[in-house]
Amino acid sequence: MADIAFIALIFFLMVTTMDKEEGISRLLPPIPPEDQKVEDQKVNRRNIIQVKINSNDRLLAGSQPMDVSQLKDKIKEFMTNPYDDPNLPEKEVKDIPGLGPVPVSKGVISLQNDRGTTYQAYITVQNELIKAINELRDDFSMKTFGKKYSKLDEDQQGMVRKAVPQNISEAEPKDVRKK
Amino acid sequence: MAKFIKENKGELPQMNTSSLPDIVFIILMFFMVCTSMRQMETKVRVRTPQASEIAKLERKDLASYIYIGTPSRQYQKEYGTDSRIQLNDVICKDNSDLSSIRDFIAAEREKMSEVDRPFMQVNIKADQDTRMGIISDVKQELRRCSALKIMYGARKGGITK
Repeated sequence: MADIAFIALIFFLMVTTMDKEEGISRLLPPIPPEDQKVEDQKVNRRNIIQVKINSNDRLLAGSQPMDVSQLKDKIKEFMTNPYDDPNLPEKEVKDIPGLGPVPVSKGVISLQNDRGTTYQAYITVQNELIKAINELRDDFSMKTFGKKYSKLDEDQQGMVRKAVPQNISEAEPKDVRKK
Repeated sequence: MAKFIKENKGELPQMNTSSLPDIVFIILMFFMVCTSMRQMETKVRVRTPQASEIAKLERKDLASYIYIGTPSRQYQKEYGTDSRIQLNDVICKDNSDLSSIRDFIAAEREKMSEVDRPFMQVNIKADQDTRMGIISDVKQELRRCSALKIMYGARKGGITK
């Protein structure tokens, strides 16, 4: 009897799923101090891509409406600017310790959502943006180190992070209630 | 001749099971050690959205949880069916009153050791059908409390190739 009870207990222990703690890590920007002037945030227009999601979960990237599946390639094109298009972000040659001079894109992705956007749509878009950056980092580390980004050691990962920055800025939501 | 006939023919000898309880106990112990218990009951229904680029939470002891979702059935009479915020064991009375989040973050900070405080992470577990308005409010409030490290709870699932 005791054996059967134990076996049943073990069975249920194994079958029960524990909720795993997984998710997308992000860092929120700090609240700017009251006296900070707005004008110092001037960024050249070509360096910004606006990604907007409206209350019907429709997506607008740059100035054209698109499907989520197209977003990743759009972002990759924007961040790499392969043909030095004057409408895409400029690159700045930065001297990264350990790598030497590397052209680093000055592109910034600005994400804005409506108060009516569903959470799933928002996470999907966030996910695509992160995926685009991750793939660019993989490409870059393949070219320089011959290994994938996740296989590099910490110093090298730091270098790659500097060469392919993840500049996702979240605009203040459209109508935050003032208090 | 009859001397050589085997006595228990066709029957298997009994297996010695005297060590079985020990084995079972060891397995039981193993699972008990590996499992971390959920500390609180969720009163709102949360089905986290799917994403592919997810990372594991590295240190659970540094995380505080904010649940956002529709109240589960037995609480609907009290709180309605709109999305609600749950902190610890209580559902917030009023969605627009976010001062409770501030208190919650302050209390969670207080619980941590001095060394760990800068690494505090807030895990937002919101239902996939929640509207972003309420989540934006929570994010703004977190910024005001300067709890800037957040994680959007998500589960693995391929959305796009």
